[in-house]
Amino acid sequence: MSATAPIIKVDAISKSFGAFKVLDGLSMQVMPREKLALIGPSGSGKTTILRILMTLERIDGGHIQIEGEQLYHMERNGQLLPADERHLAKMRQKIGMVFQLFNLFPHKSVIDNVTLAPMLTKGTPRAAAQKRAMELLDMVGMADKAKAMPAQLSGGQKQRVAIARALALQPKIMLFDEVTSALDPELVEEVLNVLWRLCAETDMTMLLVTHEMGFAHDFADRVLFFDRGRIVEEGKPDEIFRNPKQERTQGFLKKIIAAGHRV
Amino acid sequence: MTQWSGYFGLILQGALVTIELALMGSVLALIMAFLAGMGRLSRFFVLRALATAYIEFFRGTSIFVQLFFAYFVLPLVGLELTPLQAGVLALGLNVGAYAAEVVRGAVQSIGREQHEACIALNLGRWHGLRHVILPQAFLVMLPTFGNNAIELLKATSVVSLISLADLTFQAQVVRAQTGNTMVPFATILVIYFILALLISWGVRSLERRMARGLDGVRV
Repeated sequence: MSATAPIIKVDAISKSFGAFKVLDGLSMQVMPREKLALIGPSGSGKTTILRILMTLERIDGGHIQIEGEQLYHMERNGQLLPADERHLAKMRQKIGMVFQLFNLFPHKSVIDNVTLAPMLTKGTPRAAAQKRAMELLDMVGMADKAKAMPAQLSGGQKQRVAIARALALQPKIMLFDEVTSALDPELVEEVLNVLWRLCAETDMTMLLVTHEMGFAHDFADRVLFFDRGRIVEEGKPDEIFRNPKQERTQGFLKKIIAAGHRV
Repeated sequence: MTQWSGYFGLILQGALVTIELALMGSVLALIMAFLAGMGRLSRFFVLRALATAYIEFFRGTSIFVQLFFAYFVLPLVGLELTPLQAGVLALGLNVGAYAAEVVRGAVQSIGREQHEACIALNLGRWHGLRHVILPQAFLVMLPTFGNNAIELLKATSVVSLISLADLTFQAQVVRAQTGNTMVPFATILVIYFILALLISWGVRSLERRMARGLDGVRV
């Protein structure tokens, strides 16, 4: 694969929930190491595309390639067949996701949350998994809470643990689904700081669905504006936020600014 | 009261049989509960159908008839069971059918976000179930399992009808030999009650231990 090949290639995918068409012939490409911000009104399909990439939702039509390999299809004798569970498991190794509501395992301590998947899916020995987990927890500033249970943590702390947990599997692509939306305003920054560190210290490809327009502006290499299941406008953060061309983008940003968000 | 001591000995022997029966029946019930409960959640139609048939049949027929069937009818097709075996089989299968629904309900009560976290961490069905879903679901099952265990304990008294010398059987023996109804039956009433209390207490302390840390207060 050449250095310029996209790491994610989404080709004309569609997805409906009942009669509601969430994604309508959506195509997009993401380059390796690119930081992408996905913005748009709720119900516009931006979270759905992340969930589809994580295989939490199936697509109704179209194709997705990760590093040149089909995500939802398997190539057998030159034919494309629907992917089986084994193929999906292989593809999932490349992708990690952090959820709006953290989704930590409440019955496991912070460190056990982080070590569980590497020990089970990669067969990492406990000692090595714990050592790596402590490094990750240190990076997100949660090393001193390694033995705590999730219920003892604040929302921001939970989210930082969830990020460490996702990082433990060393995905090439990380999906962040409104990771600060459920947090009290004073806790948002500690999570965003972790994202900045990831940006500086790793070469992961990052897709970020967010309502933090200021952060999206500073963080992203490219911004995609979603509306009604389509990408209405995309470009450099400055173009989108300072000088949006599409009427719908302008309307959305006006509303967001009126609601008090910094752009 | 010295003339009663021999009779109390009889009743205590009966208590041991009842405890043995209740323990072995509970083990079988627990196994059946997980098999059938998970069977109902299976992706495979055959497993779902088998589990549903088992649950509906054993919930829908009387434990008394099931016991007689196991003890008196199965020998006719060549399956000879001791009274204890027949008792354990009937009790375990009967209570297991109720508890299977407890297992299914508890597993389904675990939120979708936990399943999604398992997928995102690539845990796979079995690992997710074993390490994430079932440990949380088990805590939900426990209180109702306590109920089921007490039901099973009380149902053990039906085995006296196939001449297994449990508490109830021995009380009847004492009554026949002494002509006194009050003393033996008051005694076994108290013993059943104490055994049930022990089950309640055991389940509650297990629940407390397992819930440690989950609410963020106790660690």
